[in-house]
Amino acid sequence: MSKVHRVNTESRPIRWLLTALALGFLFFFLGLPLLTVFIEAFKQGFGPYWGALQEPDALSALGLTLLIALLVLPLNILFGFAAAWLIARFDFRGKSLLTTLIDLPFAVSPVVAGLLFILIFGRQGWLGPWLQAHDIKIIFALPGMVLATMFITLPYIARELIPLMQAQGKDEEEAAVSLGASGFQMFWRVTLPNVKWGLLYGIILANARAMGEFGAVSVVSGHIRGETNTLPLHVEILYNEYNTVGAFAAASVLALLALVTLVAKSFVEWRMQKETAMLGAELPAERVPLAAGAPQPAPRGGNEKLEATRRFSERTEQ
Amino acid sequence: MSIEVKNISKRFGNFVALDNISLEIPTGELVALLGPSGCGKTTLLRIIAGMESADEGQVLFHGEEATHVHTRERQVGFVFQHYALFRHMSVFENVAFGLRVKPRAERPSEAEIRERVMKLLSLVQLDWLAERYPSQLSGGQRQRIALARALAVEPKVLLLDEPFGALDTQVRKELRRWLRHLHDEMHIASVFVTHDQEEALEVADRVVVMNKGHIEQIGTPDEVYSAPASPFVYRFLGNVNVFHSRQHGQWAEVDRATHVEKDEALAFVRPHDIDIQRESSAGALSASVLHVQAIGPLVRVEVEHQGEVFEVELTRERHTQLALAAGETVWLRPRNLRVFQGEEMVSSQTFDLGAGI
Repeated sequence: MSKVHRVNTESRPIRWLLTALALGFLFFFLGLPLLTVFIEAFKQGFGPYWGALQEPDALSALGLTLLIALLVLPLNILFGFAAAWLIARFDFRGKSLLTTLIDLPFAVSPVVAGLLFILIFGRQGWLGPWLQAHDIKIIFALPGMVLATMFITLPYIARELIPLMQAQGKDEEEAAVSLGASGFQMFWRVTLPNVKWGLLYGIILANARAMGEFGAVSVVSGHIRGETNTLPLHVEILYNEYNTVGAFAAASVLALLALVTLVAKSFVEWRMQKETAMLGAELPAERVPLAAGAPQPAPRGGNEKLEATRRFSERTEQ
Repeated sequence: MSIEVKNISKRFGNFVALDNISLEIPTGELVALLGPSGCGKTTLLRIIAGMESADEGQVLFHGEEATHVHTRERQVGFVFQHYALFRHMSVFENVAFGLRVKPRAERPSEAEIRERVMKLLSLVQLDWLAERYPSQLSGGQRQRIALARALAVEPKVLLLDEPFGALDTQVRKELRRWLRHLHDEMHIASVFVTHDQEEALEVADRVVVMNKGHIEQIGTPDEVYSAPASPFVYRFLGNVNVFHSRQHGQWAEVDRATHVEKDEALAFVRPHDIDIQRESSAGALSASVLHVQAIGPLVRVEVEHQGEVFEVELTRERHTQLALAAGETVWLRPRNLRVFQGEEMVSSQTFDLGAGI
């Protein structure tokens, strides 16, 4: 092999240094925390690990986490399509304002979002007295947790669909209608197949975020064990009680979820790219930036290891 | 089925897209809506299709009110500039779409669908591509598939929005001829939008020239080319020389009767309607030859008269007779000219220049 002399490149030691630096960061901030989660979880062997996961409280937390995701996702899909449809297909006053508003949950700290719901629905909140008079519980109950999770995950699907539908235009839909398709037929046969991978991508991200959400849910949940505890909240409680194995066992479930999300996300991305190349669709070149810009408040325990774990799982989700 | 458009107006905010448009298109006719971009031609087509609603006015299909009929029920075939094929469906499924979405009672059986689709695909000579996907086709093939798809539902009216706009010249010419042929077989009213004057003149039975939301002229391709009704049509369809009658005193010999002081009258003459002569004669303008260039069957001569440059097109024979060279002084005589004052035509004159043409 002939040696290619590159002009615009760093010298060898610098390249090595940069590579080592990048790998080092990866190891310390991603690899090590992940490893720690599993090491701590299996510290006393498989039995106690499995036992911790079999606890009624753990099972109930897992169940609630899944239930919330199950309730939130369909609503998110509905909202995502409605918003994307509106923004991609129509011109109206205040369109850019709406687009900005959809991004609001990215910018607002989850804890603030949680407090917001307490201010509205809480005992001393605007609607508090009315809700109490009608015996409707929202805060410290499932509806509040669903609302908080909805708020946090609202942008994910809409943000995937909007650029996709904008890029694809409305020609195909108009063609379908001119050929006699009803609104439903148009949506089902033309619109949906064209955005299915983008939609799935959005769902995966929203799901990961919904299951991993800590701050907002923590504020409105009330931490009633076996009732309003989700998996991330469960981890925190156990850790504060020095139940390391239990905490890390639950955390390992979240970490596994993160890994599964990562794989699913890569697969969908790969499919989207393949489809894009094959169909020659004009998709936006870049994925929507999904970095949660909001400062993440430290969990109340103020525990750094836990914080690192949580940050890790969030990072992989995104 | 005939199409009638009555007093249609449409605004987008402050922009007047269509201003009181009326138009009639009988069955069997292929009509071109021709104009520069932003003249409202596509908006008019979309209003006929029901994809856009007019602020005022009516659309009638076969004499029946259709203004508020939904696109889905209008039975129009619509062909888009960028094909708008369903990208996730095979060519076969694209063409079958209109049949598959019919209500169950009207839907043909799978075998019938198969037969009709294959028939349409062979009509557009692409039956061998049935299993391909749109991305695997060339532009010309895609547009033919789009046409087959539109025809599958047996539309009463075929509407085409810049159908050949995205194709290269060679394919465009071929498809034009093919569309003309197809239209003659279908016996339906077809309307196509274009900004390409050559395309409109070559394909259409009638040309509707539009500008800034109103119709400038409706006529056969020959009428709009050789007897333009307004300065705009003159300028838009082909090349034209404009003579300011006040400035060009000698040419006023020709349009003396129409010379009015307050609003300058302009004489419009096509480059091929000017003859160049070696000898001075009554009504001729003197000019000097700037440049001579042979373009295909014609020879284009640029001449200068009183500081303005005009274009003259001669046949090769005439050019051989004259043997012009740059810098020579020659005399110009019009064969056919029209004088407009503002938008209004004040005279149209034809001169017999005798032999030597």
